[in-house]
Amino acid sequence: MARPIKSISDPRLRLDILTPEDVRRIHEATLEVIETVGVRFPSPKALEVWEAHGAQVDRDRMVVRAPGHLIEDALKKAPPVYTLAARDPSQDLPLDGNHVYVGTDGCGVQVIDLYTGERRRSALKDVAEIVRVADYLEEVAFIWIPVSAQDCPPETRGLYELKAAWENTTKHIQTESIYSEREARASVEMAALIAGGREELRKRPVLSYALCTAPPLGQDPGTLEAALVAAEAGIPVGFMTMTSCGTTAPATLAGNLVVGNAEVISALAMIQLAYPGAPVFYAAAQTAMDLRTGGYTGGGPEDFLFGAASNILADFYNVPLSMGSFATGAKEPNWQAGIDNSFSTFMACVVMSDMLLGVGLLHGSRIWSYEQMLMDCEIYDIVYHMMKGIVVDDEHLALEAIRAVGPGGNFLTHKPTKRHMRELWVPKFMDRRPYEEWEAKRDGARDWARAMAQRILETHQPDPLDPKLSEELAKIIAKA
Amino acid sequence: MSEELFKAMAQSVIDGDPDLAAELAQKAIEQGIDPLDAINKGFVPGVDYVGEQYGKGEMFLPDLVLAGEAMKAAVAVLEPEIARRGGQRQTLGTVVIGTVEGDIHDIGKTLVATMLSVGGFKVHDLGVDVSVGKFVEVARAVNADIVAMSALLTTTMVRQQDVIEALEDAGLRSRLKVMVGGAPVTRSWAEEIGADGYSEDAIGAVAVAKQLLGVG
Repeated sequence: MARPIKSISDPRLRLDILTPEDVRRIHEATLEVIETVGVRFPSPKALEVWEAHGAQVDRDRMVVRAPGHLIEDALKKAPPVYTLAARDPSQDLPLDGNHVYVGTDGCGVQVIDLYTGERRRSALKDVAEIVRVADYLEEVAFIWIPVSAQDCPPETRGLYELKAAWENTTKHIQTESIYSEREARASVEMAALIAGGREELRKRPVLSYALCTAPPLGQDPGTLEAALVAAEAGIPVGFMTMTSCGTTAPATLAGNLVVGNAEVISALAMIQLAYPGAPVFYAAAQTAMDLRTGGYTGGGPEDFLFGAASNILADFYNVPLSMGSFATGAKEPNWQAGIDNSFSTFMACVVMSDMLLGVGLLHGSRIWSYEQMLMDCEIYDIVYHMMKGIVVDDEHLALEAIRAVGPGGNFLTHKPTKRHMRELWVPKFMDRRPYEEWEAKRDGARDWARAMAQRILETHQPDPLDPKLSEELAKIIAKA
Repeated sequence: MSEELFKAMAQSVIDGDPDLAAELAQKAIEQGIDPLDAINKGFVPGVDYVGEQYGKGEMFLPDLVLAGEAMKAAVAVLEPEIARRGGQRQTLGTVVIGTVEGDIHDIGKTLVATMLSVGGFKVHDLGVDVSVGKFVEVARAVNADIVAMSALLTTTMVRQQDVIEALEDAGLRSRLKVMVGGAPVTRSWAEEIGADGYSEDAIGAVAVAKQLLGVG
């Protein structure tokens, strides 16, 4: 049985992080950058698209300079609303601006073993097992390829990962690990097989692509060509910027937003010029470098602000957003991980970012931890409850109950308490036990999360993929 | 007189001002100051100061990088003069560095190159998407002490191993050290492919390079 999905909708909280004037200035600065500085598109196919539409193309440097109206007109062709389809239609995800969905994070290179606690290189089996656990969790709405299948050949690794994912979940899959046109073609074939044909895939895209830009102001060649293949097939395509203040972007936050925005909207515009009306999305995980090492931080106040600001930009362009939240820089599930992932997720949710990436990785999206995965789900669950806000109506003002109990009584025995108690949040991993009980056991969130992950892995059976389809998928990979 | 100039040189490095550093280097040449003195008594104390302050947490990576740029600008002006006088600037060793084939990620690699250069190494930066053959060819041509490779993708990481094998085939492997880095690269990967050194960041890379060559 396909499990229900917990998505945030009808929010009662809001945050004004950028004024319309701020957004206008960021947009205009972005267009000026694209028009006068340019963005690097190191793919002959992408450059042809730009040339055919009158952009100024420097073939030697592979830099495109496009006038603002070309970008704006192209972006207007992008559909504002569409659905990410799942293998089981009850798990389809409408990207309608009124839902927040969480995915698994990706793409890690190491796994903390669920049983031995040992840190080791990730393999195909890990992809399958993590996806199986994700299939169970209500908080996880869709799958990003969580770790790299490093025991598979690099040229077709992304395809093995997709097969393993489809065999272990009925939920939507968004891959962030297809980097070439050849792999993209095979992945389209695989997705068409799952969807029941090319036309069905167009109507019900069971696969979407998240692709990284190459900041500052650049794109990756393989990624561009993969994106064009996917867009032609009707597979939703998003471009994710990870601009970092001080290294790949200006040190200032607004400057960072401009550089990342230029990368993302120029790529989305290119897709619209090539395939008008193709479903696309904005994706971002901007950050600030660590001032001491220059390294990726995976958290901090800058990240949290970017987490909220990006959806304002995506809304301005009227496309869905996939936002990097969670993904702590912490080395293990700890204080830092809790802070990073709570703030980043709250900030991205409060502005109703459509997709959040994602649960489960430590050390700046490099090390998979099942414990972190489940604790991340709990963080999301807290935010999910907060987003419901405070309902103020006759029933919830509860005057009748207050009158009935009066001064000095208690509400425990009062019937409406039982009626409403399930609106109150119940933790899975917070320690609310008596002190002495904790003192005797000395266990906690990590132990409980690990035990739960083990139980899910040992007992949960996702609705199986038809073995014939599995065989066909394998054949496509073999030919690729 | 030269004392004051030396002080100004150090300050130009501390302030991270390549234009001023080059100007002061030119001034030293015009005043007939030994260019090696200009480097060692003028600019190097500035680099040392920035390094010290960085170590204490009082200065940050951009300070180090800009100090490096100032140092490079000064050395570029002074080097022809050193050669004219028949001298030679001592370096800690020669490093060939690049991002492997199929990978266009530049920043981390460039940062390591800058830090190595500031740290006293002669650095040949081959850029990004560098073929296996190119690494071998340049390593041979410049008689490299270290070949350093970066990769940001799990799919391109494997090229690091190809380069090591090609260095073996070319008979160069035993003559030089290999360093690897990049976000998905781990110590266990470095060990598995037979690299000699691995660092998680640019500052650490300098220490590793020095350790590998037994210098500094």
